[in-house]
Amino acid sequence: MFTPTRRDTLALGAGALITSLIGPGGVAQAAVGDTLTIAFNVNLPAFDPTVGPSAVNPSIQAIYRSVFDQFVGQKPNLAFEPGLLTAWGWSDDKKKVWMDVREGVTWHDGSPFTPEDVVWSLERAADPKTGNPITFVWSELSNFKIDGKRVTADAKQYDPVLFKWMAFLTGYVLPKAYYTKVGAEGFEKKPIGTGPYMVDEYQGNAFLRLKANPKYWGGKPAFQTVVFKFVTDATSRVAEIESGSSDLTLEIPYEEFDRLKKKKGLTGVATPITDIGMIFINSDDAKTLTKDVRLAANLAIDKQAIVKRLLRGYGVPLATLEAPEYEAFDPSIKVVHDPKKAAALMKAAGYSPEKPLKTKIQTTRGLKPKDYEMIQAIVGMWRKIGLDAEIEVYEVAKHFQLRTSHKLAPFAFYNWGNAIGDPTTSTGFAMFGPSPHSSWKSKDVDAMIGPLWGETDEKKRIAGWKAVSKYVAEQGDVIGLLQYAQPVVYKSELKVIPNISGALQPTLVSKKA
Amino acid sequence: MRVIAAVLAKRIGMAIVTLFGVAVVVFLLLRVAPGDPVAMMIGAGASAADVAELRARYGLDQPLLVQFGIWLAGVLRGDFGVSISLHRDVLELLSERLPATLELATAACAVAVGLGGAIAIAGTLVRGRKAEAAVDGVNGLMLAVPDFVWALAFVLVLGVLWPVLPLSGRMDPSVGVPFVSHFYLIESLLRGRFAIAGDIVAHMVMPVLALALPLAAVIVRILKEALSEAMMQDYVLVARVKGFSESRLVIGEALRNAVGPTLALTGVQFTFLIGGTVIVERIFAYPGIGAMAIDAVINRDLPLIQGLVLVFGALFILVNLAVDLGAVALNPRLRHGG
Repeated sequence: MFTPTRRDTLALGAGALITSLIGPGGVAQAAVGDTLTIAFNVNLPAFDPTVGPSAVNPSIQAIYRSVFDQFVGQKPNLAFEPGLLTAWGWSDDKKKVWMDVREGVTWHDGSPFTPEDVVWSLERAADPKTGNPITFVWSELSNFKIDGKRVTADAKQYDPVLFKWMAFLTGYVLPKAYYTKVGAEGFEKKPIGTGPYMVDEYQGNAFLRLKANPKYWGGKPAFQTVVFKFVTDATSRVAEIESGSSDLTLEIPYEEFDRLKKKKGLTGVATPITDIGMIFINSDDAKTLTKDVRLAANLAIDKQAIVKRLLRGYGVPLATLEAPEYEAFDPSIKVVHDPKKAAALMKAAGYSPEKPLKTKIQTTRGLKPKDYEMIQAIVGMWRKIGLDAEIEVYEVAKHFQLRTSHKLAPFAFYNWGNAIGDPTTSTGFAMFGPSPHSSWKSKDVDAMIGPLWGETDEKKRIAGWKAVSKYVAEQGDVIGLLQYAQPVVYKSELKVIPNISGALQPTLVSKKA
Repeated sequence: MRVIAAVLAKRIGMAIVTLFGVAVVVFLLLRVAPGDPVAMMIGAGASAADVAELRARYGLDQPLLVQFGIWLAGVLRGDFGVSISLHRDVLELLSERLPATLELATAACAVAVGLGGAIAIAGTLVRGRKAEAAVDGVNGLMLAVPDFVWALAFVLVLGVLWPVLPLSGRMDPSVGVPFVSHFYLIESLLRGRFAIAGDIVAHMVMPVLALALPLAAVIVRILKEALSEAMMQDYVLVARVKGFSESRLVIGEALRNAVGPTLALTGVQFTFLIGGTVIVERIFAYPGIGAMAIDAVINRDLPLIQGLVLVFGALFILVNLAVDLGAVALNPRLRHGG
């Protein structure tokens, strides 16, 4: 019998180390089988999808939707579908809501999902002490009652978007009994949901490994295991997919997207998503930024050229804050590039390239593809009509602080997401004066928007929002630039259904037949 | 011994004052710097009252002095608060992530010392010849290229063109071994799990090299200079006369006297190495405190940033203290208070 000495053990250990480093199979190659490996663009900070900054991060929703279910589901084309609620609606007098809760669903620990979970999740979401950032929506409901599988509640006022929020940020159902038992920190350590995948292993800033939920009410997931590698550096994500270490990646530079999708064994898709590049205009500067100047600033921008030259064609020029997939998109509203008219408007306002209006524009750098370069190009276009803007780069954290305190520069670039496609969550919050997120605050726009918040006639409501968009475009109160496209590169043996909301959850990926 | 004890007592006293100063400055800077954690997360339709309630939830509605007092009292009790973005106890998070960074930085330091030492010795051996210019050229390149550029170069070469090393993470996601500690490499070696240790080492190779090369270059420059000076000393000339070989002269005689300043410098550089992990960890998705620091800053996670800075500060002080004590222990003149 061989009894290893200490020297033998050390030698064997060294041998094993060297073999594992340089031997065949030293690098784990992602092989499309039962495991899907995604080189993901953001880190998952926390599991609770209803609290803190990650709860409102649109990119992370792909992970949350894998582990948890939302009250209301959403298809990749933004249409709504049953989630943990199978049906929902308002009473005839619009003072109450009713929700039918799905039956036969179990939590990942095997316990049954019940209407009590729905009520507890909604009440918890409305409680400001939990830190839910969307309490202004959830606190609209109170006095919950359960009758069999039906839940009813009183509503403070009619909100046409309430059930859409149930498919949006923080609209997730959490397990009442389990969460109450383990507490917030315990839930972070071992989260459970009713979603298609269960948490198997998590290393913050490194990876999340999920395993398929065999009892998922929506059918068995295509992959037994899904690994999200948190590769926040775009160059590293390119390397992950190019080396075969990952099966799929997203949000890489468009140049790399074009190169990689031509490579043997890889393919790709770039679909417009609900991310809108836009420029806020600050109403505090209305004295200098008159209607003529604002319109000139709008008309001087060649959005088509920006999309074509800077974004390699991946993007859709916009005239308003509504994208074609949104409910209140109106293709008849146009802001056509017209530098001559822009120069004439500036001249009428008393400015010219020789005697320009000096101003400032703030922009992020690297938050979205070519954001800084885009603003550089725009500043160049403006200079030709007599608008001389100094560029200030700011972090997204500073943008939020300045925006909520109404201290943005006269012009400020930002990316506005709106995964549910409703006009309230784009034009509404961006242009309504009392909203902490608006920059252009004016009585005329507020007077148009105000009645729409509680409008019960859906056709009238959408028509009203289209009228707001048209008015805002005619006044030049904001600059809608473009709709971004999300590049996704993946192995050829996979099939990917792009999600217009940008949340590329693993359930949208399958193996080719 | 009395001198060492006196140095220790003095340095510990200074360390406490320094850490308090760091805590005050960081706390104030974070509150003055633009970027509000609540503004980062409020929903689009939130009212001023909603914003106020969220600020109260995170204790940001209190006067600055009160906020600082609450935080400092907590720190003294070992309670660093709860991370706003990660929803977990800050101290627990730091104790999970710091070992990863320490393993990475220690390995990088060891590689830098080994590599830098070898190059410096080689350069001294070939001094005055054409080969010395080649050594200096290589060293200049190592010094001129920053760690993150080395990292990207390694990703391209060893991750894509010749994919022999894993690109991201601390270990393969398919490995599911429960560790008792967060020192994965050390623990897997101690428990004889060499395959896992190999996987961990493989994941460390590229980030370690990226961090080590610039430090190695600094070591080469200092050590080679010190060796050149030592080679001019009388005792080396005597040894040469006695017929010692060139390599024995450099390694056996000159190195012993030249290594002191290099080791002191390496100790100081180690703390900068830990600072360098911030970018390198991000590139390699390596889950240490560097990667966590970036997310904490982006999310304006005030309790976590404060905890991270205190840890960085404490590490800096500890390493410098160790270097000073080492210098006292090694140098007879300092040891005897001369």
